[in-house]
Amino acid sequence: MVRLNVFLLLAALLCSLGAVTSQHKARKLFQALEAEQERARQLDVEFGQLQLELSTWGTAPRIEKIAREKLKMSPPEASRTISATAGDGGSR
Amino acid sequence: MMRFKGNVAHKFAESPLLQLSLPPWRSRLMALLILGSFGALIGRAFYLQVLNNDFLQEKGESRYRRDIEISASRGRIADRHGDVLAISTPMKSIWAVPQAANLTPEQTKQLATILETDAKQLAHKLDKEKNFVFLRRQIPPSIAEQVAALKLPGIGQDKEYRRFYPTGEMTAHMVGFTGVDDKGLEGAELAFHGQLLGQTGSRSVIKDRRGQIVEDVGSIKAPQDGQDIHLALDSKIQYLAYSQLKQVIAENKAKAGGVVVVDVRTGEILALANWPTYNPNNRESLSGAQLRNRAVTDTFEPGSTLKPFTVALALDNNKVRFDTIVNCAPGRLTIGTATISDAHPHGALTVAQVIQKSSNVGAAKIAAMLPAQKMWQMFDDIGFGHTPHLGFPGEVSGRVRPWKSWRPIEQATMSYGHGISVSLIQLARAYTAFARDGDVLPLSLTRIDSGKPAGTQVFTPRTAREVRTMLEMAVQTGGTAPKAQVPGYRVAGKTGTAYKLEHGRYANKYVASFVGFAPASDPRLIVAVMIDEPGAGQHYGGDVAGPAFSAVMGSSLRTLGITPDAPLQVAQSPKPTTGPKAKL
Repeated sequence: MVRLNVFLLLAALLCSLGAVTSQHKARKLFQALEAEQERARQLDVEFGQLQLELSTWGTAPRIEKIAREKLKMSPPEASRTISATAGDGGSR
Repeated sequence: MMRFKGNVAHKFAESPLLQLSLPPWRSRLMALLILGSFGALIGRAFYLQVLNNDFLQEKGESRYRRDIEISASRGRIADRHGDVLAISTPMKSIWAVPQAANLTPEQTKQLATILETDAKQLAHKLDKEKNFVFLRRQIPPSIAEQVAALKLPGIGQDKEYRRFYPTGEMTAHMVGFTGVDDKGLEGAELAFHGQLLGQTGSRSVIKDRRGQIVEDVGSIKAPQDGQDIHLALDSKIQYLAYSQLKQVIAENKAKAGGVVVVDVRTGEILALANWPTYNPNNRESLSGAQLRNRAVTDTFEPGSTLKPFTVALALDNNKVRFDTIVNCAPGRLTIGTATISDAHPHGALTVAQVIQKSSNVGAAKIAAMLPAQKMWQMFDDIGFGHTPHLGFPGEVSGRVRPWKSWRPIEQATMSYGHGISVSLIQLARAYTAFARDGDVLPLSLTRIDSGKPAGTQVFTPRTAREVRTMLEMAVQTGGTAPKAQVPGYRVAGKTGTAYKLEHGRYANKYVASFVGFAPASDPRLIVAVMIDEPGAGQHYGGDVAGPAFSAVMGSSLRTLGITPDAPLQVAQSPKPTTGPKAKL
């Protein structure tokens, strides 16, 4: 009888320790998940900021300014334009 | 006394004095009372723990449970190619609880330097007997981190979203803007506010002593980010339209103006630009004139741009044919007491030439053949007098008076676009009837991904084709708008020069306009240009709006890579071409 009781006590002790450990592990994992989710949010914000930057750099006025002033580009005059025509097979 | 007398020794417990005879019910009563009290206690405990446990449960939970709001961001607005036109990014707002914030003058100074405000002003803000005050709103997160590093008492911060418009004033009227609390106030921001708006979520969590989330309890309400909106707008075409408009207005010293570019096949609005405009990222000192989306909210008397509709109606009803002769001599026509006159007197003109030369007398004579009701019905069918229902704030319907009250002179003036008012967007839409085979398309602010929109048939396809030819003549030599030609493309269009109404009288001020489409062999784009009060000497639609039309149309067609349908006028041929020139 005493043996059985000791055995049951040990079993209960083990189970409770197991419960504590798994609870701890669960919290650790949960925190890791939280951290990753926070990182995902941060990256999302950064993506938005980069997209904003992209479209700010890529606005048409800026492109035109650089093309005209820095690269000395201009639309071709009619006299310098050759229009390519598709052959009989290639036309729509 | 008895003790001593009888000499009897008694034990204390047996003292007769203590031998009280209590009635037995008293002890029973006590036992019952105590039992009853226990019962009441158990009952109360049962009540609190099982029956009515909400209150205590809540009190208990509030000691460790926190409800967190999960913010959702407002959707982006992008153009048809996905280039961002409006985007939200998180910023911080710094607030203070003045009663808790007892800062030393040094700390105040430090804070003021970081926030880039005046130290005195800041101290004044903190001095007030208020419970809560915002110190700075919408500052970059990096600055907010510096503030947090100071660890000042009573100073806190909140996350807020700020809206950015990378394309700035170029798309200001189309995109609009939001207020500080993410509420759409103008343009597409207002029109699609419901879709753009995100829904904040929430979750209940348990936090530990260090403020870290330990566990989720209860259900999580996931936040829903606002939907992204893809406008029909093409950034490149919008830029071309905007920069050309700006240039033309500067050259002609005009007061205001607008350009609308519409895709003929889908009714999508590819560009919509107004001048004056504003920078949506910096809205201090905004005036109403800048804010107005003229192409949508302002009506004007369109002038001669309406003549093709009169002629088309007459063609449809077999009142005239393409080459019917209309006598426009001597350039004046008296109806009742009023006289209509042409800017340049013409003799006998064919119906096509009436459009080509833009003869008021000719248009009035053609209109005289038509019943008022039919003309009104036609105006109604092409959308005049109705709001376009694009969702823009302040859309106007224009003014078409009921036909029953038309006098003959009014019908005559309406045939060439006076006594009737429309907005530029309505005019552009009406021209889809000629650019297509007689049907008018509803316009769309957003990109149409699938399905072809259905139009309402107003004119027969044959009439539409004939009017198209007439409109092409108007742009050729001998017409009113040779300056609207586009090298390499066949263009069709109509000029308009209208007097402005001021206080019920026609003033010596003009609205010059041009509406046209190209390539005439298979129209793809409609461009409508309106210039308000050109003040540099020229005021005819062909001279003022024509060149702007040509520039916008030419560059837009090139941008879209649409095959030229007319030979380029090549001054010197670099290579002898053998094959046929660009086909239709």
